[in-house]
Amino acid sequence: MTYAPLRRGLFTPLTLVLAVLAAIAAFYVALRFMYGLGAVTNLNPGYPWGIWVVVDIVIGTAFGCGGFAMALLVYIFNRGDYHPLVRPALLGGLLGYGLAGMAVIIDLGRYWQAYNILLPWYAQPNSVMLEVALCVVVYIAVLVVEFSPAVFERFGLAGLRRWAQRYMFLFVALGVLLPCMHQSSLGSLLLVMESQLSPLWYSLWLPVLFVVSALAMGYAIVVFEATVVSEAFDRPSEHRLLSRMSVVVGCILLAFMALRWFDLLARGVVDLAFAGDLNATMFWIENALFAFALLAFLLPAGRASKRTTFLAAVALLLGGSLYRLDAYLVAYQPVGNWTYFPSVPELMVTIGVFAFEILLYLALVKMLPVLAAHPSGAPAGTQPAE
Amino acid sequence: MTVSRRAFLSGMGSGAAVAAAAPAADAATPMLARANLELPPKALGMLYDSTICIGCKACVDACKAANGMPEEIPLAHAGWNVGQWDTAQDLSGKTINVIKAYRHGDMSRKDREENGFAFMKRHCLHCVDPSCVSVCPVSAMLKDPETGIVTHDPEACIGCRYCVYGCPFGVPQFDLESPFGQINKCQMCEHLQARGEIPACCDVCPTGASLFGLVEALQAEAELRLAAAPGSTYAFPRGEIGGDRPTYEGTIGAYQPAVYGVEDGGGTQVRYLSAVSFAKLGLPELPSYSFAAVAEGIQHKIYKWLVAPLVGFGVLAVFARRHMRRSSEVAESEEGRSA
Repeated sequence: MTYAPLRRGLFTPLTLVLAVLAAIAAFYVALRFMYGLGAVTNLNPGYPWGIWVVVDIVIGTAFGCGGFAMALLVYIFNRGDYHPLVRPALLGGLLGYGLAGMAVIIDLGRYWQAYNILLPWYAQPNSVMLEVALCVVVYIAVLVVEFSPAVFERFGLAGLRRWAQRYMFLFVALGVLLPCMHQSSLGSLLLVMESQLSPLWYSLWLPVLFVVSALAMGYAIVVFEATVVSEAFDRPSEHRLLSRMSVVVGCILLAFMALRWFDLLARGVVDLAFAGDLNATMFWIENALFAFALLAFLLPAGRASKRTTFLAAVALLLGGSLYRLDAYLVAYQPVGNWTYFPSVPELMVTIGVFAFEILLYLALVKMLPVLAAHPSGAPAGTQPAE
Repeated sequence: MTVSRRAFLSGMGSGAAVAAAAPAADAATPMLARANLELPPKALGMLYDSTICIGCKACVDACKAANGMPEEIPLAHAGWNVGQWDTAQDLSGKTINVIKAYRHGDMSRKDREENGFAFMKRHCLHCVDPSCVSVCPVSAMLKDPETGIVTHDPEACIGCRYCVYGCPFGVPQFDLESPFGQINKCQMCEHLQARGEIPACCDVCPTGASLFGLVEALQAEAELRLAAAPGSTYAFPRGEIGGDRPTYEGTIGAYQPAVYGVEDGGGTQVRYLSAVSFAKLGLPELPSYSFAAVAEGIQHKIYKWLVAPLVGFGVLAVFARRHMRRSSEVAESEEGRSA
């Protein structure tokens, strides 16, 4: 498998827009550090967590699960033919998790003591949050190692490249294990919320539901990224690979939906879905998005169409994001009559974080060998991978 | 006087949704949960009797003074009385004890649900098995093994605010107004207790509505009141139970037939008596198991001795090694071909 930097200019109208969005976010982040969280956000005593936690971190890391999903498929289940999708997915994962880590520092109320979480004498082993934090810190390091061959190749460090390759299997194994742990723990974080979370979301199966949906979102982000890159840069389509992978995504999504509905029925709370309130509406929007993605991924007609496959990936990403947003914020009932909707600065920071992520992605695929090289111009799917 | 009804309106306004969301009090403990923690032997607590609270808010003022908490001026009052009135509306980063009121209809009678009103004192309940201690990643929330008092250490805290999110009573609060804020919550005036005094709120309460003491003694006192005939005169102890202060001569209220906090959410060290239902006072309906027991039970079963992650790592590494070696051999042979 050979990779090459994308031969395109670094500065384009799109990168300019992204840079401006990131700069606006940086301005509000500066205000947050000068005047406190309350000055910039709409956080209040009933809503200590807003979109900086839920979108930037909980949803952001799920968007970063492409590396996790592809490593599982290619190296653990030995589907080498998907190899061209691995490196872009790892870069997406590295940026998704790296920026989530940055968002953590912005959101932490006492960020100057953030390192306490690494000090053993402060560790509180019962805390799900501790597990998530340590796991994510280690996983970011693992992603750096997993992605390092691209950097070594770029700078001609053949010795380091070979050395990294020799021990890479250990990091690949960690790169599958750690997301399984912390993505499920992002669901476990809500296990203490029984009295404050609608039973449509609160479930003892939350850890499983979160990790399975994160895995599905990981494949969806790969489909999304590969399609956008091939369209935007006039590269050969990878639809043949994506179409085959759709079956995998579809089956994982099916497992998620089956578990979710079986659990709802077993607990006898399905009637809440017909309460006609906001929770019920959000629940059905989620399910409609998931159902569309499921059909599009599993029906041969859907898989055959590049457009439908892409839309299915978008629907799955939206559905998975809503599932997380609802579980953490919409279906959460605070003590007291508090309401929350993000402030404009808060939204701008979240938008800026994602813009910065896309900006870095675009810059790095042009500077480093990330995308599969297509010397003959033949579509990736037609290249012999083994 | 100014009282707020926000918290109570939310409980009533969206009654259906809340009732649906609230777990049944007699719900069975989830299978994977660990056992609840037990009440410590010398557990200290408070008994708040809503029926003898007169809503004077002396406790709110005394609490602020004793704990060095800043005043809180609602926006609606800013301007004409800035610096004169401390009118906290609810618990916040600046207020760790607050008196609130339940109000209904014409509010013509105290301690009646229909067309009545009732007072409620909100602060940390010092849970027997607290969620905040369980969720804190850096041991910043600690429960004293002797007294059971739940304290907070800002030097350890990273400000993740999981304790704020996870507390079923909405108690710990982060000061969002400051760039260097911290979590604030009632710590039962540990600093006053250290020099032989009692918590400020109980110290100044004129009727003994806030009563400090050993949880066991407070529970016995609560049961005495429940057993007495409504309307009969009663000598309510003030300050600390068993203390030598003169009592408050009052009448026994038409109590709800239970003490809140004995089993609710695994039990609390602050207990409540009330004539209107506890839910109307903003005390959530909780099962007898603690939520910490559920979350920790599941998490510890997944991660017991780290067996599952280690075995998982081993299996993954074997597969990754085998499959990657094969693919790198293929890559080398491909390179050989193209050379």
